[in-house]
Amino acid sequence: MSILKLMLMPACLASALLCGCGKHVESVTLAGSTAFAPFAEKLGGQFMARNPGTRVSVQGGGSTVGIQSAQQGKAQIGMADMVKLPPEADGLTSVVVARDGVAVIVNPANTVANLTMDQLRDIFCGKIDNWKTVGGKDGAITLVSREAGSGTRSSFEQIVGNVKLGANALVQDSNGSIRETVASDPLAIGYLSHGLVNEKIKALTIGGQPCSTATVLAGTYPLVRPIFLLTKGAPQGAVKAFIDFIVSAAGQTQICKDGLLPAK
Amino acid sequence: MRLSGDKVAQCVFLAIAFSAIASLLLIAIFILKEGLPFILRYGPWNFLSSADWRPQEGAFGIAPMIVASLWITAGAMLIGAPLGVAGAVFLSEFVPRPVMRVIKPTIELLAGIPSVVYGFIGVMVLAPLIRNHLGGPGLSVLAAAVILGIMVLPTIISISVDAIGAVPNSFREGALALGATRWQAVHMVVLKAARSGIIASIILAMGRAVGETMAVIMVAGNTIRLPHSALEPVRTLTANIAIEMSAATGMHRQALFATGVVLFVVIMILNSLAMTVLHRKVGR
Repeated sequence: MSILKLMLMPACLASALLCGCGKHVESVTLAGSTAFAPFAEKLGGQFMARNPGTRVSVQGGGSTVGIQSAQQGKAQIGMADMVKLPPEADGLTSVVVARDGVAVIVNPANTVANLTMDQLRDIFCGKIDNWKTVGGKDGAITLVSREAGSGTRSSFEQIVGNVKLGANALVQDSNGSIRETVASDPLAIGYLSHGLVNEKIKALTIGGQPCSTATVLAGTYPLVRPIFLLTKGAPQGAVKAFIDFIVSAAGQTQICKDGLLPAK
Repeated sequence: MRLSGDKVAQCVFLAIAFSAIASLLLIAIFILKEGLPFILRYGPWNFLSSADWRPQEGAFGIAPMIVASLWITAGAMLIGAPLGVAGAVFLSEFVPRPVMRVIKPTIELLAGIPSVVYGFIGVMVLAPLIRNHLGGPGLSVLAAAVILGIMVLPTIISISVDAIGAVPNSFREGALALGATRWQAVHMVVLKAARSGIIASIILAMGRAVGETMAVIMVAGNTIRLPHSALEPVRTLTANIAIEMSAATGMHRQALFATGVVLFVVIMILNSLAMTVLHRKVGR
């Protein structure tokens, strides 16, 4: 008799858990760019407030994961922040929902404030390996880069051009970890989405141009990339409603408030 | 009535035991199915000894990762084994029983701390310390070895305490009767008798250190390069799989599974070694 009780308990627990799934909830799942993910969550929160009965869930993983998830149906929307979508994304429908600058960041204690594109390329290829070569204090440069599947990394490397990452570069797997690494190491240099720059790090000017909304909109800051939302086929239902919300005036205002740039 | 209840219990437990073994077998088969064809096609020697890991260009050499895993595990053992065995000896021999009954569960609590918390402490506290006092970027072999050394302490201490406790009291009494001091009795008699249990605990801890992923990704720096000093950043086999798996396709993905096969083999060897060493003691 006690064996039966033992088997009955998990069965009751399981059915209690499933009881919670009574209401029919529309769900929108996004996966991909870690640069856009925090903003997607904020927009998702607003969308859920306006449309009770929908659930928006956002995952990171990097832009390549976003493209693959959209392709394989693992997520309904893939987020990718790349200058140009790779050929794997050809079969997907894409919408530009925002633009984002890539800020090159250093520790606030670093005296260097400006780099030219050539210096940037040489630093990231490992050719320049000491801060004093570019006008800073004597110290070996610690390169921090994203992993190979990152949209931020591929945009950065595409725009700067001919970047073969130096052999000594540290690799971190999200924009957030790059920020933390640079914030704690006075000799580090890295890059991340301009929307994620805070007071713990310092953004450099590139060729005299600061990374700000004004310069990105004007086109004078060179490191800018669009943020795509990718769906397999035309978006429908809750997915379409969410994308329409992001592209609408309300969504774009929220995007500007959060620190990104509007699509137009 | 009682007999059929017995039979039901037997069948249920048999099914549960089989499902545990079946899931292990299925995992092993899946990893081998995905990874072995790649190893055979690429050439095992090339795969294990080439220092060139550039998946975009079709180069899949995991030598830097193997060396990194070895260095970090060796470092973790250098830190964890002496501390762990010494702690176990202290707990079993030199601490009164009621105090031990409080301390041992506290140490076992250390085993319950998630590895990401260890990694977090490593990034926030240990890496800046290493960077400011020893040089280098801070995220390094040394940082990973220290964190892993602390992580494996509960394993080593628990099993070693059990091994030392299993030594019959007559051994200790005999040594003391022959005029040995307590410390002499401990290191000349008790430790020698508990030797296989202690070695087994170290080998099991090695297995845990080799397989640790999250903490290592956070503190080791993840650079693909053969290390020349303990202050350089490295990438281990486990970190490589975790970082690249989500964005890998085709041959790259198979190469990562092949890395999984290598890890699987290493950990299987370490675990069987631990089991044979442990059983040798029981047989004696």
